Amino acid sequence: MIEELSTTEQGELVINIGPQHPSTHGVLHLIITLNGETIRKVEPHLGYIHRSIEKMCESLSYRQFIYVTSRMDYLSSHINNHGCALCVEKGLQIEVPPRAKVIRVLMDELTRMASHQLWWGALAMDVGALTPFFHAFREREAINDIMEETCGARLTMNYIVPGGVMIDLHPNFQHKVKEFITLFSSKIDEYDDLVTDNVIFRGRMEGVGYLSKEDAISYGCSGPTARGSGVSCDIRKLYPYEVYEQLKFEEIRVTGGDCYARYLVRMGEMRQSLSIIGQLIDNIPEGEFQAKTKAVLKLPKGEFYSRVETARGEFGVYIVSEGGTTPYRIKFRSPGFSNLSALDHMARGHKIGDLVAIMGTLDLVIPDIDR
Amino acid sequence: MLAACRLKLAAYTMFSIENITHSIDAWLYRQFNPSMALLLESLIVGLCAIGLFTVLGLVLVLMERKVSAYMQIRLGPNRVGPGGSLQTVADTLKLAMKEGLTPDGADGFLFNLAPYIVISVAMMILAPVAFARGFQIWDLNIGVLYVTAVSSLSVIGILMAGWASNNKYSLLGAMRSGAQIVSYELSAGLSIISIIVLTGSLRISDIIASQQDGWWIFKGHIPAIISFVIFIIAVTAETNRAPFDLAEAESELTAGFHTEYSGMKFALFFLAEYVNIFIVCAIGSTLFLGGWMPLHIGHWSGFNHIMDFIPSSIWFLGKTFSLIFLIMWFRWTFPRLRIDQLLNLEWKYLLPISMFNLLLMTLIAIKGWHF
Repeated sequence: MIEELSTTEQGELVINIGPQHPSTHGVLHLIITLNGETIRKVEPHLGYIHRSIEKMCESLSYRQFIYVTSRMDYLSSHINNHGCALCVEKGLQIEVPPRAKVIRVLMDELTRMASHQLWWGALAMDVGALTPFFHAFREREAINDIMEETCGARLTMNYIVPGGVMIDLHPNFQHKVKEFITLFSSKIDEYDDLVTDNVIFRGRMEGVGYLSKEDAISYGCSGPTARGSGVSCDIRKLYPYEVYEQLKFEEIRVTGGDCYARYLVRMGEMRQSLSIIGQLIDNIPEGEFQAKTKAVLKLPKGEFYSRVETARGEFGVYIVSEGGTTPYRIKFRSPGFSNLSALDHMARGHKIGDLVAIMGTLDLVIPDIDR
Repeated sequence: MLAACRLKLAAYTMFSIENITHSIDAWLYRQFNPSMALLLESLIVGLCAIGLFTVLGLVLVLMERKVSAYMQIRLGPNRVGPGGSLQTVADTLKLAMKEGLTPDGADGFLFNLAPYIVISVAMMILAPVAFARGFQIWDLNIGVLYVTAVSSLSVIGILMAGWASNNKYSLLGAMRSGAQIVSYELSAGLSIISIIVLTGSLRISDIIASQQDGWWIFKGHIPAIISFVIFIIAVTAETNRAPFDLAEAESELTAGFHTEYSGMKFALFFLAEYVNIFIVCAIGSTLFLGGWMPLHIGHWSGFNHIMDFIPSSIWFLGKTFSLIFLIMWFRWTFPRLRIDQLLNLEWKYLLPISMFNLLLMTLIAIKGWHF
C-alpha cells in the first residue's frame, strides 16, 4: 500500500495530506512526494465521500432527483438544482414563466456571491490569515437570511422545481436584497483593503501555481480557474440560459494564470453578481412563478444535456431517458473534478505552503468532486 | 524643590516593590546564616518564577483569545468566571487531566524531554528581566548577552520534539523552526547590539539607568527606531508567531512540531510560547522603551516628577503588554509567509539593513550625537 511508504526509492519524503487535514476543506486525500519542502508530485485520492448520487438519481423521479443534487456542490446547491431543472424542462419542453426565470437568476447570483465569500475567507485562512474568515461569514450570513426567508433553507435550498420555482418570493425579499447590495458594495472594498493589496498575501499568490491557457483547456478546467488563465468559458455568456442574454455583465478574465489571477477573477465576479442583482431586483416581472406541469413527469426517450455556470465552473447534467418516470442514466459533469486534476501540474516545484494556496484558489468542494 | 523631592520619595516608599524585597532579604539574613538565607531566597525566587509563569500563561492566553475575538467580531470566552476570566484556568485543568500520549515509534526519552527543555529555557531567560525598580531576580553583568544566548537554546527543544515524534509533519515543522530561529537571531542580536553600543553596558540595570532622561527609541534618532522595528519583526519570528508561524502553520502542517503532543506536555509548549512572547517584549521594552523607567523628557523636572508618581511596575507592565498587543495584532491581521520568503526577508533585507544600521549607530555613539 502506498500509505505504508514513507520515502521513495530516491529518498524523497512521502506525506499523506488528508483525508482529515485543515486545508483540504473536506475529506480529500493527497499523497505528496517531497524533496525537502519542494513538491515533486501530488496525487489526489478520491472516494471518501462518494455517495453514488448518480446511481441514486436513477431510482428517483424527475421531480425528486433535483433535491439530491443540492448535496453535491453544497455551496452552489441552488445552481445545481437549476442545471437539473433546465435539463428536465428541455426534455419536456416546458416554457418557464418570466417571473420564475428572473427569480432563478437572482438566487443564482446570490448563491454565487455566498460561495465566493466563503472561498475568500477560506483562502485567507489557508494562507494563514484567520480574521478574514469571520468577516466573510458576516456578509454570507445576510445572504443566508435572505435565502431562509424565501426558500426555507440556508444551505441546501431545493427551491427550484421543473417549470419554475417552488413558491413565490417572500414580501421582504426585494427590500432585504437591496439592503444587502448597499452593505456588500462597501464591504467588498474592505475585503480588498484587508487582503487583496496585502504585501504578504500578494507574495504568496503571485507567480504561484501557474496554469497556462493551453493547459487549462487540456485539463478541462472551467469557471474562475480557467478564466484566471484567460480562457473564455463563462456559460452565462457563451450559452446563455434564462435571462442572462438581456443582462449587462462582463465575463471576468485575467491572463495571469497564477493564484493571484484566479483570486482576482473571483473578486471581480462578486462585483459582477452585485451588478446583475442590481439590474434585476427592481425588474422582477409579475405573473406566475411556476408553469403548469403534469403531476408525473415523463421525459421522452432520448438524451438531454444542459449546463450552467456554478461558482466553481461549468456544471453539466446529462440525462438518458427511456421514456419512464425515472432517468435511465444520469451523469453530472462537476467543475471541481476537472479543476482538481490540474493540481499536480500546478503544484510541482512549489513549496508545501504553495500547495495549500493553490488548493485554496481552486475552490474545491469535495462532495462535488466525489458525488 | 525640596517639597517635590519629598513627594517623590514618598511616592517611591508607597509603591516600590524594592522595599518589600529588601526587607525580606534583610530579615532572612538576620534570621539565618548567609548560605541558608541564600538557599531560602533561591527557593522563594523559584516559587515566584513558577507562579509568575502560570499567571502569565493564563493571562496571556486569555488576552490573545479576547484580542482575536474583538478583531474577528466575536466576543471570545465569556462563560467561565466573570467575563470569561477563568476560561484559561478551566482549559489548563482539562489539559492537566488528559493523558499524555507517547506515539508508537517515537523516541520516548527525547519526546518527553523536549517540552521540559523548552519550558526551562523560557524560565531561565526570566532571570535578568527587571520587573520594577530594584525588582529583578539576578542583575548579572552580561544580562542582555545571557538572554540572547539562552533564548537560542529553545530551538534544541523544538528540534528534539519534531525529530522524536516520528511524524513527518512534526519533522517538517521542526526543520522550519530551526532555520527560522537561527536566521532571525542574527537580526535580533544586531538590533540589541545597536542599543548596547549606546549604553556601553550589557547589564540590564545600567541600560535602564541610561534612559533616565529619555528612552533610547527617542534619544537614538532614526537608527534606534529602525532597530526597534527590526527587533520586533525578528522576535516575532523567533517566537514562531504569525505571520512567521511556519513551525506550526496550521493549514499546512496541522500543528507542526507539537502535532503529537497532548495533555500537559502540549500545555508546556503552549505556555512556553506565551512566556517567550512576554520575555521578548520585556527585553524590547527594556532596551528601547526604558523598562520600568517612567517617561522622562530631558530636564523637564516638573513633568518628570509627575511621571514618577506612576509606579515603576506599572510602567514596565504597560510597555510590555503594549508590545505584546502589537505582536498579537500582527497575528490576527497578516497572512503567513512562505519558508523561502521568510528566509529571504531575513538574509536579503533585515540582516543588511541591521548591519548598516549598527554602523550608523556606532558612528552616532562615537560622535556623541545622541541626546
